[in-house]
Amino acid sequence: MKTKYIPYLLLLPAIAYLLFFIGYPLVQALYLAFTKNGAFSLDTVRRATSDPTFWQALKYTILLAIAIVPVQLILALILALAVNRAFKGKDLTIYALIIPLTISDVAAGLIWYTMLSDYGFMNKLLLNLGLISQPIHFFGYEYRMMEFLAIVIAEVWRATAIVFVIILAGLQMISKEYLEAAEVFGAGYWTRLRKIVIPMLKPSIQSALIIRTLFAMQVFGVVWILAGRDIPVLAGEGFYQLTEIKDYGVASIYALTIALLSIILGALYVKFLKAEYLEVRT
Amino acid sequence: MNDKTKFMLKKIAFYAFIFTVVAWILVPIIVSALYAFSTKQDYYDPHKVIPTHFTTEWVKTILFTLGAWDGIKNSVIVAVLTIIISFALGIPAGYAIARYAFKGKDTIKLSIIALRMFPIPVMAIPLVVLYIKLNLIDTLLGVALAHTAMALPFVVLITSSIFAGVDKELEEAAMVFGLTRFGAFKSITLPLALPGLAAAAMFTFVMSWNEVFVASILTLKNRTLPAQILSIVAGAAGGAAPAYYKFAAAFIMILPAMLFIFFARRYLVTMWGITLR
Repeated sequence: MKTKYIPYLLLLPAIAYLLFFIGYPLVQALYLAFTKNGAFSLDTVRRATSDPTFWQALKYTILLAIAIVPVQLILALILALAVNRAFKGKDLTIYALIIPLTISDVAAGLIWYTMLSDYGFMNKLLLNLGLISQPIHFFGYEYRMMEFLAIVIAEVWRATAIVFVIILAGLQMISKEYLEAAEVFGAGYWTRLRKIVIPMLKPSIQSALIIRTLFAMQVFGVVWILAGRDIPVLAGEGFYQLTEIKDYGVASIYALTIALLSIILGALYVKFLKAEYLEVRT
Repeated sequence: MNDKTKFMLKKIAFYAFIFTVVAWILVPIIVSALYAFSTKQDYYDPHKVIPTHFTTEWVKTILFTLGAWDGIKNSVIVAVLTIIISFALGIPAGYAIARYAFKGKDTIKLSIIALRMFPIPVMAIPLVVLYIKLNLIDTLLGVALAHTAMALPFVVLITSSIFAGVDKELEEAAMVFGLTRFGAFKSITLPLALPGLAAAAMFTFVMSWNEVFVASILTLKNRTLPAQILSIVAGAAGGAAPAYYKFAAAFIMILPAMLFIFFARRYLVTMWGITLR
């Protein structure tokens, strides 16, 4: 019967489009990275990896993810738990917390530059309160660690919202009956949290972690605005190689490194954070 | 301490916490909006925490002298093209996932989610080579095609959950009364799904509006706003423009996004909750 094919026909254009725009570039990236004059060669790989900036970029990308993602997860979890009950101003609070969802990394970088620059809000506030006698310098090559901190602050500010929304949605799907039953049997808040809420949130926590870590591997705009190349990251160096040096091969290697990291991290998460459901646990 | 004071203290602590968090989100936005309009003297005066003299000079310079206005126009064109292409391809796919049972459905759905995680640089860098061949380099259509690849998985998943939310029986009833499947879709399901689709379109818009890597790489003269801003305020070495230009740029970038969240806020939690699970 003909109707059997209808769903496939409906799906075909979207899938063909995605395959072309993701499959073709992937093949092309491998070609750019591993060939020279049309033959297989590791020349480009050597050129990329012999540059110390490559290892710096790899290091800083991973360090940034390690510094940012756990903070976001804990903060989002606390916020979601706090907001997931009735109180005055609940709706307004949720709206305020999700505003950063629409703010891009470039804009977040600019906003935090406003806050943290030498004549910025933070420094002026602290100076006028008498808490510091000299402005705290955040920007410039000499203050690399402070630039790193500024990036962490801006990213936590901007992207905790998405983790918060995912966890909040997960919380709202937990049936009240489990919690009520536990309460009847005398379980306190912490016990309920540990034995019911957190296990049932695992799928949400898992997807939030995957999304945030994978996007952290691609961090670009916020770093480029706040630190430029003082703090090299993989996406930023790929961008620099492509736009300034015009070395497509090396740029591709940076991109492929991001892809490789993403695949490894995705696989690790799926392996170690296997979703557990309360129903099947005895 | 009796129970009542304990309860009150807990309540105060809770509200203090909520207030702190909301302030942590809102203060930077308010401050950067204020600084965007502050005069140079106020900005460099170490005793003025909050500026009192205002000027529109920086915002005007960014908009009209440095080309952000053209960037805004380009961003809107790219975003609208992205919405059109991704919805044209995504709605049929979303409908198929919502309404039909077929072999390999779960695999297809999972692969689509997985594609959403695909690193953008891997897609963008080789596209430069392709676009030069196809004469698409530095065109808005080229950027929109790349943004569509980014937005399409999202559109497929979100439209499928929107269509799944429209009662199947309504469509079947319409078909009993003689409409074709397509006719029933057009006159029953689509109108009912419209508010959800509108919200999804807004998100596609914001996604494209905020994207900077692809846009910066694929264009040189016809830049979208974020790409334009990035090249104005941060040269290759970083930090090229004076500070007050940066504040003005931040203000210009966040204003439209804030408007969108105001209109789409009703759908936010459910939409992201469904798509990202």
